[in-house]
Amino acid sequence: MVNKGIKRLYTFLIFLFLYAPIIVLIVFSFNDSKSRGVWAGFTFKWYIELFKDAGILKALYYTLLVAVLSAIISTVIGTFAAIGISNMPSLSKKIVLNLNYLPVLNPDIVTAVSLMALFRFLRIEFGFATMLLSHITFSIPYVILSVLPKLKQMNKHLAEAAMDLGATPFYALRKVVIPEIMPGIITGGLIAFTLSVDDFVISFFNTGKGVSNLSIEIFSMTRRGINPVINALSTLMFLSLMVLLLIINKRTEKSEIERGEIL
Amino acid sequence: MKMKKSAYPYILWMGIFIVVPLLLILYFAFTSGDSQNFSSFQFSLDNFRRFFTPIYLKVLGRSVNLAFISTVICLLLGYPVAYIICKEKLRKRNIMILMFVIPMWMNFLLRTYAWLTLLGRNGLINYLMSKLGFGTLNLIYNDKAVLLGMVYNFLPFMVLPIYSVLVKIDKSLIEAAEDLGANKAEVFLKVVLPLSLPGIMTGITMVFIPAVSTFIISSLLGGNKYNLIGNLIEQQFRWTGDWHFGSSMSIILMVFILITMAVTSKFDKEKEGGGGGLW
Repeated sequence: MVNKGIKRLYTFLIFLFLYAPIIVLIVFSFNDSKSRGVWAGFTFKWYIELFKDAGILKALYYTLLVAVLSAIISTVIGTFAAIGISNMPSLSKKIVLNLNYLPVLNPDIVTAVSLMALFRFLRIEFGFATMLLSHITFSIPYVILSVLPKLKQMNKHLAEAAMDLGATPFYALRKVVIPEIMPGIITGGLIAFTLSVDDFVISFFNTGKGVSNLSIEIFSMTRRGINPVINALSTLMFLSLMVLLLIINKRTEKSEIERGEIL
Repeated sequence: MKMKKSAYPYILWMGIFIVVPLLLILYFAFTSGDSQNFSSFQFSLDNFRRFFTPIYLKVLGRSVNLAFISTVICLLLGYPVAYIICKEKLRKRNIMILMFVIPMWMNFLLRTYAWLTLLGRNGLINYLMSKLGFGTLNLIYNDKAVLLGMVYNFLPFMVLPIYSVLVKIDKSLIEAAEDLGANKAEVFLKVVLPLSLPGIMTGITMVFIPAVSTFIISSLLGGNKYNLIGNLIEQQFRWTGDWHFGSSMSIILMVFILITMAVTSKFDKEKEGGGGGLW
């Protein structure tokens, strides 16, 4: 029984370590004082200030715009790529999958500077377009990785049966394959969306002309010092990502969490 | 079948946005000249020569050292948690694992910033300390703060892969060992631990790679003077404008990571599954 107590205490301490900073941030976003040591009463003023801050609102706009566009584009490209890859002979399949792993395994900073070098080489001006292109690039591999397992599960002969019965390949794709792998596609799209919202390193290197996302804005704010507006922003971002996560989790709970995968 | 054609757009995309950029970095690393003017480039090893001098080697050493220590701490803290969780009932297990995932989905910068507010000179910890009469401590802008930031940010990356391997271990193997007279310590050392090695190796890679290449944690919690190799790369590309030197450091970083992966993937048989983790 002592053993069980120690286990409980240990797990509790680890979770305390993980959550204490987040809870402190959230609590102090309602604190009516700039100081973080003292509780000076409940207030919403940091939230009001947050929504008056033109820089943050613009960053929010770009964050969401880039996230939605890159999620849609990378989901479309990634889904078709996954379907193609699953029908490839094994050697080329291996090569493509390994290349696909590169952005996943490479440190963010290397992916970021390599894309920066590419855009400079192609003389594309840094700004919205470069940020969007780089987000699509690092999102597609995750879409592929979430669609491929669904394709593997699917009965290979379904599409063939449809085509034997007179469907064109495109019609079979639209009416048979895509509906079968839809859960994987949606999960992939949601992952792409959250990765894009959350990204800092790659955006930081591949943006310009005053286009910034929330992460970049947060970075420059934290370098200027502590500001309770960031606490309010964290609270809102945390809550909205929680909602997204719950949706993703609901979708995959039964199949994947039991198998022990992260998503 | 005809459907393999649907991968062609992405293969083209990969060529342009994955392969060419890395080749460019390689090209930059082995040339010198005005970074803004491609026609002035000449082959040279100057960037590497410059890197292998005491100042920069010290930075590399510090990055590898901090990443290594934080990986070890994550392993020591994370393995027991993963082990405890996998013994729980299915429902509780899923909730606990979800609780490890949730902080990962909070913005990385905000998680690090949260520690800034806790550890700072006027932060909560120092406030409590001075209330209790201990006086304020210097908690931030040093090695320990950076280490703390790394462990905090990357601990879930260690726990999740270890958990996913532990939970799949066949219970009858443990029972068999017990039937054959092994005590608890023997069961753990000779059965559970060897079977969980793939998870440990994945965890090590997933903690070590982001830790060794970070520049955010060091620049937020380590202060401005505090440099890791990630900070050096950032400076070369964002401020100094010496892309050649920055590229050569990126190559060195990649080599380090390839070595780590080569070592760890020997144990990691499950990599082909295509699942992978999110980091």
